[in-house]
Amino acid sequence: MDLNRFLFEILPYLAEGIPVTLQLTVLSFALGLALGSLLAAARVFGSAPLSVVARSYIEFFRGTPLLVQIFFIYFGLPALGVKLDAFTASIVAIGLNSASYQAELLRSAIKSIPEEQYLAAESLGMSTLQTYRHIIFPQAIRVATPALVNEFVALVKYTSLASIIGVAELFRKTEYMVSYTFMPEIYLVAAAIYLAICLPTSQFAKTLESKYAIPGFKRALI
Amino acid sequence: MSEPLLLIDGLKAGYGSVEVLRGVHLSVDKGEKVVILGPSGSGKSTLLKCIPYLVRPWSGEIRVDGELVNSDPSTLRRIRSSIGFVFQQYNLFPHMTSIRNVALSLELNRRLPRQESEKIAYSVMSMLGIGELAGKYPLELSGGQQQRVAIARALAIDPKLLLLDEPTSALDPELRYEVVETLYQVAKQGRSMLIVTHEVDFAEAAADRVVFIDEGVIVEEGDAREVLERPRKERTERFLKRLRSKVGNAAT
Repeated sequence: MDLNRFLFEILPYLAEGIPVTLQLTVLSFALGLALGSLLAAARVFGSAPLSVVARSYIEFFRGTPLLVQIFFIYFGLPALGVKLDAFTASIVAIGLNSASYQAELLRSAIKSIPEEQYLAAESLGMSTLQTYRHIIFPQAIRVATPALVNEFVALVKYTSLASIIGVAELFRKTEYMVSYTFMPEIYLVAAAIYLAICLPTSQFAKTLESKYAIPGFKRALI
Repeated sequence: MSEPLLLIDGLKAGYGSVEVLRGVHLSVDKGEKVVILGPSGSGKSTLLKCIPYLVRPWSGEIRVDGELVNSDPSTLRRIRSSIGFVFQQYNLFPHMTSIRNVALSLELNRRLPRQESEKIAYSVMSMLGIGELAGKYPLELSGGQQQRVAIARALAIDPKLLLLDEPTSALDPELRYEVVETLYQVAKQGRSMLIVTHEVDFAEAAADRVVFIDEGVIVEEGDAREVLERPRKERTERFLKRLRSKVGNAAT
C-alpha cells in the first residue's frame, strides 16, 4: 500500500466514520442502560404481571437477531406510521436490544447482594428506599460495572451492523473505500481502529473497577 | 410494678410449614441482662429475630416499652431504631468504612448531620476501644474487629434494648476473647440486653437471668447462677454438661 495514499486519503476517510461509530455506541448504550434499569426494576420490584412483561421483552430481544431488529425498525416501522432515519433507527434498534442484556446483568447484580445486607439495614430501621439507596445499589453497581463495560465494548462492534442500512459509520466507510480502491487489506485497518477503541475502554474499566473496588473484597474471596 | 421493657406473649413463628417457636412467653425488665441458651435448632435465634420483626411471627404479641410491634412500616421503623441488633455474621456494610457503618443510622433515623453523627460514632467506637479502626473497611478487619464494629453500630443510636444473636459463634476461639471483653464492657453500662450465646462464663458473670429454650419452648428460666449451677430440668442439665465439655475442649 502506498504510504502517502494511506495516510492522506484512506485513513482520513475511514476516520470520518469513527465519531459516528462512537455516537452510535454511546447513545445506544445510554438508551439500553435507561431502559435496562427500568426492566430490571420491573423484574425485581414489579408486580407479577409487570415482571412478566419485562421478562417477555427481554426474552424477545435476546432471542431474535439484532440484524432482524434493525431491519424491522428501519424498514418495517414505516408501515406502522413510524419513520426513522437510518442513524436514529440504528440507535433505537441497538439500544432496545442492549436493554435486554443490561436489564439481566443489572438484575443479577442486585440479586447477588446477600439477604443479610437487607436484614442489617432493616434492623437499623432503614426504609426500603433507604436500604436500596445506601446499601444495595452502591454494592450492586460495583458488581455490575465489569459486565456493563463488556456490553459497551460489544456495542462498539455491533454498531457496524448499522452500515447495512446506510449509516456512514466506520465500517460503511471501510466498505466504500474497499470498493473504490479494490484493496481488501483496508478491512484490516478497520479492524485495527475497532481494536484501538475497544482496548483502552477495557483498560479504563479495569482502572475504574480497582478505584471503586470495596477494600478487602478480593482478599475475602480467597 | 413497672412495665417490662420487652414483653413477649404466646409467640409462634417458623419457616414455611415448619413451626420453630411454639408459644414463647418472655419478659425483660429495664436494665436487665438476659442470656438465652439452647441447642442449635431450638429456635433461640428465631426468637431474637422476631422481636424487631426481622422474622415475622405467626402469632403472639411483642411489646417494646409498652408499644405493640406490628407490620406497619412507620411503627416498625420507630421500634427498630430503638433496638440494637448484633448478628452472628456481623453483617457490616462492606462498601462503607467502619465509622460510616456506625454513623449511618444516626444520619438516616435521627436526621443528624454527617459531621455530628460521625462524632457520636467515633466516641462509641473509642469507648469500645476500636477508635483506630474508624477509617478501615469491614473486609480489611478480622472477624473479632468486625463484630466489635457491629456492636458499635448497634449501640450508636443508644438503644433501649440490645439484642445479640450468637455474637461470638462465627469466631475462632482466640478472636472470641476480644468480643466477650466488649460484651462485658457493654453489660457494665447497665444497658438492657438479650443475648443468645454459648458463652457460659459470660452468662454466669454478667447475666441477671438465664433462659433455656429447647424445641421452640422455654424449658427453664431463672437467676443466672441458679440455672447454670443447679438446673431444675434434666434437659437443661444435659445441655449444660455438653456445652461445658465442648467449651473445655475448644479451650485446650
